[in-house]
Amino acid sequence: MKAFTYQRADTPARAAAAAVKPGAKIIAGGTNLLDLMKLQVETPSQLIDINRLPLDKIEETPEGGLRVGALVRNSDLAADPRVRQHYGVLSRALLAGASAQLRNKATTSGNLLQRTRCYYFYDVTKPCNKRNPGSGCAALAGFNRIHAILGTSDHCIATHPSDMAVAMRALDAKVETVNGEGEARVIPIAEFHRLPGKTPEIETSLKSGEIITAVTLPPPPPGVQVYRKVRDRASYAFALVSVAAIVDSARGRIRSARLAFGGLAHKPWRAPQAEEKLADAAANTTSFNAAASAVLDGARGFGGNDFKIPLTRRTLHSVLAETTRT
Amino acid sequence: MDENEPTTIEITRRTVIETGTTALLLTGLPRGALAAGSSDDNEPPPPPATATLQINGRSHVLTLDPRTTLLDALREHLALTGSKKGCDHGQCGACTVLIEGRRINSCLTLAVMHDGQSITTIEGLAEGDNLHPLQAAFVEHDGFQCGYCTSGQICSAAGMLAESRSGMPSYVTEDLTRPQPELTDAEIRERMSGNICRCAAYPNIVAAIKQAAWMPT
Repeated sequence: MKAFTYQRADTPARAAAAAVKPGAKIIAGGTNLLDLMKLQVETPSQLIDINRLPLDKIEETPEGGLRVGALVRNSDLAADPRVRQHYGVLSRALLAGASAQLRNKATTSGNLLQRTRCYYFYDVTKPCNKRNPGSGCAALAGFNRIHAILGTSDHCIATHPSDMAVAMRALDAKVETVNGEGEARVIPIAEFHRLPGKTPEIETSLKSGEIITAVTLPPPPPGVQVYRKVRDRASYAFALVSVAAIVDSARGRIRSARLAFGGLAHKPWRAPQAEEKLADAAANTTSFNAAASAVLDGARGFGGNDFKIPLTRRTLHSVLAETTRT
Repeated sequence: MDENEPTTIEITRRTVIETGTTALLLTGLPRGALAAGSSDDNEPPPPPATATLQINGRSHVLTLDPRTTLLDALREHLALTGSKKGCDHGQCGACTVLIEGRRINSCLTLAVMHDGQSITTIEGLAEGDNLHPLQAAFVEHDGFQCGYCTSGQICSAAGMLAESRSGMPSYVTEDLTRPQPELTDAEIRERMSGNICRCAAYPNIVAAIKQAAWMPT
């Protein structure tokens, strides 16, 4: 680990102001950052610890949603009775991620900001445009079983590893931030994470020194909520494909569907064209097929991850069948 | 004593269970080097930081390189070697300890981040000569072979039982709205998935935890 100085922040705005300094980095749960620091993938010269800031509450909003503080631990968010009752897709997604020990430490904001698990990003001896812009992408012609099939670029085919963020994408969550001047901003989750394009090192729309204070969930949408995660192990593994689905249907007819996917792209992937195919459609193989084709429009495998295309199709079928059973 | 006679250290199963002391002999590595993890450059160390940790009911004031993980602080600065370093990346669970009663990976957190907090390690679970119910159950059910993961398994199980009693659901909980999910074998396996056992003593670990789940702590 490279040497750094350590300080504790006393307000969110002061933490944001301190984080503007080159080499400064915010630490919350630290489960991803310290892992990367040990490998010298991350080499901050200053750590700003925000763990003692009062951002660990889950509050009801006047609109009937929930406001989740940036420092609410993943396990606490998953176990919150209101989340379990009204946002089951989020509770399930959180419980599908990592291990219990990690969920006890990992925070809401840190989960959104976690880095990719691409093997080449982790291996400092290999080229990686995300870690070292301009050095190339070793995954394109390398081992790419876990990599993206949607929204990729010639510069990066990494995926975003979060389960939580996929559920939040389906729920149309909003990310609240503050900067060093104390100015607040709200970023819809759809605009929070970015596709890699030519600058895969820029992963979010956060500006320098802007920190997350909360994530708000709108009132719970109607319908059945499901989070399905397909992975190499039954537990404690990243998704190869995951689906967050919120489907409102009755007697074999779908009123509306929201679909977000993990393991497929550089950001939690929402599929509005697929949702359109399902709106006011009969719940049957024809509509499920049309939806899957719409999700996979433009999908491209890179050899090792070609299987993700049929896997996504089958997983979506299964999830749609489950959510429209009644 | 014959110089050729091999030195033997008797480690009973009870010693392993009580203190996790399979690595009884502390290495002679310089503290700074070990505590900071791998660092192959010769940059000067950062200014030290001070933290007061309440470990197993005792207060310890430590002055540390801020890079020191909680695991290294326990093992290398306080000689509490029960918590084990397996992968050092949060993947194996051998370093599991309880902070304010909640289980975490001590390898993925800095000691200075826990100033003033209360930490329980495997060394703090037994009460005098009375083993913690989980320790007794691991002995009874033979919940280990080599023992390296055991202290992490037991600390993790202690945290897991507390989570379960407080109504925490898991990924395999069928009905999330049920306030108190039943602790089935499938639930125990899912909830313990952050602790890897290379010897694959899993069936006996599940049996031990199941037994301890019914006993008061």
